[in-house]
Amino acid sequence: MQPVKHVQGRMAPLDRADVDTDQIIPKQFLKRIERTGYGPFLFYDWRQADDFVLNRPEHQGASVLVTGENFGCGSSREHAPWAIRDAGFRAIIAPSFADIFRANCFKTGLLSVTLPDSQVRHLIDLASEDAAAEVTVDLEAQQVRGDGFSYRFEIDAFARECLLGGLDEIGLVERHQPAIAAYESRRAAWLPTVR
Amino acid sequence: MNTPRTLGQKLWDSHVVRSKPGEPDLLYVDLHLVHEVTSPQAFEGLRLAGRSVRRPDLTVATMDHNVPTRGGARAADELSRKQMETLAENCRREGIPLHQIGSRRQGIVHVIGPELGLTQPGMLIVCGDSHTSTHGAFGALAFGIGTSEVELVLATQCLPQSHARDLAVTVEGDLPLGVTAKDVVLGLIGRTGISFGQGHLVEYRGSTVRGLTMEGRMTVCNMSIEWGAKAGMVAPDDTTFTYLERRPHAPRGPGWNAALDYWRTLVTDADAVFDHEIQLDATQLEPHVTWGTNPGQVAPVTGRVPEPRSDTDARALRYMDLRPGTALADIAIDRVFIGSCTNARLEDLRAAALVIAGKHVHPKVRAMVVPGSTTVKRAAEDEGLDAVFKAAGFEWRNAGCSMCLGMNPDILAPGERCASTSNRNFEGRQGAGGRTHLMSPPMAAAAAVTGHLVDVRELI
Repeated sequence: MQPVKHVQGRMAPLDRADVDTDQIIPKQFLKRIERTGYGPFLFYDWRQADDFVLNRPEHQGASVLVTGENFGCGSSREHAPWAIRDAGFRAIIAPSFADIFRANCFKTGLLSVTLPDSQVRHLIDLASEDAAAEVTVDLEAQQVRGDGFSYRFEIDAFARECLLGGLDEIGLVERHQPAIAAYESRRAAWLPTVR
Repeated sequence: MNTPRTLGQKLWDSHVVRSKPGEPDLLYVDLHLVHEVTSPQAFEGLRLAGRSVRRPDLTVATMDHNVPTRGGARAADELSRKQMETLAENCRREGIPLHQIGSRRQGIVHVIGPELGLTQPGMLIVCGDSHTSTHGAFGALAFGIGTSEVELVLATQCLPQSHARDLAVTVEGDLPLGVTAKDVVLGLIGRTGISFGQGHLVEYRGSTVRGLTMEGRMTVCNMSIEWGAKAGMVAPDDTTFTYLERRPHAPRGPGWNAALDYWRTLVTDADAVFDHEIQLDATQLEPHVTWGTNPGQVAPVTGRVPEPRSDTDARALRYMDLRPGTALADIAIDRVFIGSCTNARLEDLRAAALVIAGKHVHPKVRAMVVPGSTTVKRAAEDEGLDAVFKAAGFEWRNAGCSMCLGMNPDILAPGERCASTSNRNFEGRQGAGGRTHLMSPPMAAAAAVTGHLVDVRELI
């Protein structure tokens, strides 16, 4: 994974709560066996409406998605963060995220940042009024900064370290091989195996 | 004396391979379930890194999301076929047992795990599917993961996890006639909303839960993810042990007794403290139906479409083409789907068959039954349920996820309205433009007969 230190760019405001992963990437696009190529299908059904916010010319090229609470609920499909990344976004800011979606974002190198409702509201309003407004999502400083504001965000320390270092999590876990083998030797004999 | 612990804490602690302050715990996975949609990129990642599957003997694969439910074992489209062939090839190469399409034990991943006896109390079970919480019904810690985590588990059989909080849902009292496990969980989500469970291990307890069959407990735990919970679980008891005994992968002989001794310790200690507690009175529950586009937008069938309380509600009503004040029982339907990992087990099919026996599907309705597994299908046929459904005008299909998510040809046409026993009523979930009303199997069966949403208690 490439290290992620900060994301700077314009925002796309998706002012909706409880956006589920079926909306982010509908099921008919889950049949591919690759990790890439999902960008054109991001919010496929919603994009059929011309006035959908991500269709507006002023938000083309935005790299920070700002949205409502419980973003990414529903299906565990990692195709959702893949599609968001493929479409050019590098960070998502919301009051809260669904657990599996958030974990998937970290693995994908997509920054997911939680801020209080009032601060997210400010960002959504700002992006809606001035599409050219830029923000910096700074993972090292744990801040979202823009013209005249700076918001601190909290993030799991280990996830932050992995993102900043671009660490290969499988490699990290493999270092604990002796502990894994020791655990395996303690497992009950009656636990099911399939061979 | 040991600190009192919740069931969730006991399950967590017993799987810690390594723990270090400031880092997630490294947990050991006892069973990794795999299906065709969320695994190909994980296997590819392994291959590119020169890694192999650490414990193919703790890994089981099935084909379910994409499979056609009629017309033989050939997928309807090239991409679906390629995805299934890729799974078969990956399983062959890595030595992973696969219940492929057309085979005797194929079915929805969360239906076959329990029926094969692979799902047992005390285990940690993961799968690249959010409804993995189903397996918590056995007193297992079970949750859905993404494809990168699938790759991590394939490679190491472990998963780093940050601590979750504990939440107790206590349901007390006898369920009234016509009210099912589905109504318990829909009623709960209606009260809590769809994100209350975030970051929590939920234990369902109380006399109502104790009185549920394993099938009912699975329905409740299955929908834990629909209110955002990390996992849902029920402490194992004699109902659990009776279900498990003599299943193909259940322990036998001295192993059974050793397992039983351990399983009986898997209860929340008397003085253990939960971070949150919710109480629900089962005696006041009615059959529920959803009216919106998330499972929290739900009401008793005796009620009316509510006034919108948020932008989300207003959007949902527009999508569903419903007006506030309309009696829910006045909503006409076009389709009925009895299926999914939530409600397609033998007991669910029996409950639906009981409602439709001697009646006929409304002439304007197209109804189908998709058993949760090939085993369920065979068992249902052995007791003649297929004949009941067919005589009533239902289509009787082969096992798979089918119209729960519509990855195969079983989808709603735009604007079609469906009474469904599945778990999600999201926009387009069952087909772009389709409108889903979630409910229990008896409620879906009653809707099939009358052609509209209806209180099943009027038919029984």
